[in-house]
Amino acid sequence: MNLTFDVVDLGRADHPEIGEQAPDFTRPLVNDEYWEDTSLSELTAEAPVVLVFHPMDGDFPTTYIWQEIRDRGWDEYDAEVVGLSISSPYEHSRFLEEWGLEAFRLFSDPGNDVGDRYGISHDLDGMAGIEEPRPAVFVIGESRTIETGWVATEWPEFPPYDEIEAAIEEL
Amino acid sequence: MTETDSDPEEITLYRLQACPFCERVVRTLNGLDLPYRSRFVEARHSRRDAVRRLTGARTVPAIVDDRTGVTMSESANIVRYLETTYGDGSEPKPASASAPAGGDSE
Repeated sequence: MNLTFDVVDLGRADHPEIGEQAPDFTRPLVNDEYWEDTSLSELTAEAPVVLVFHPMDGDFPTTYIWQEIRDRGWDEYDAEVVGLSISSPYEHSRFLEEWGLEAFRLFSDPGNDVGDRYGISHDLDGMAGIEEPRPAVFVIGESRTIETGWVATEWPEFPPYDEIEAAIEEL
Repeated sequence: MTETDSDPEEITLYRLQACPFCERVVRTLNGLDLPYRSRFVEARHSRRDAVRRLTGARTVPAIVDDRTGVTMSESANIVRYLETTYGDGSEPKPASASAPAGGDSE
């Protein structure tokens, strides 16, 4: 018997390319204790940013992605690694605590406008009215220039962690 | 370095969604045209260590005013402080009828 692992093809995304400027946005940025409105440009003014779009908190790929990022020690880079999903600030705060991710912060975008602005939205089959960004990682440097990036084309698909680390180390 | 979350022009307000005492402080801040940043915490007191580290208590509202170095909680105290520090010296407006009088907080 040929047991194959069926993946869903997400099709083409219309995301910003390497060398282009990452769209700015302001959303509640959540840590394990509180949240406050913060813009991407405020973060990039301080340090390069690794922006990780991930599925709703609680979905298994999200826990996989964040455990991998935590275990690889990405909080120790000079770049700031921040997440973004459609989950509410309350869910983000619990998620950070539950998985020992207190070193990281997550943007909350329940309306999925940021996913739309980055051209990476997809509708969720069987969950009427809910869309979210597909998994994606953008390494964003000075002036919000995209230094490198990855956008999932299948579901599930996980970020190329080693390549992203190499890009962060070159910043 | 640019200034972001430590902008000295701004007051930081720790607040809880739908908390009347917090809204009372918001009305006062807006009435005085004072810029402020909101930091939202959760209703469960055990989730409010960030506030406790600042004020010694887990109650909100609480403010941090970088211009004066003042940190305080209790809405009546905060409103009085803001009116005294930034008001024009006229009588403070009475608090909204929907919020109970007194220095309560949640």
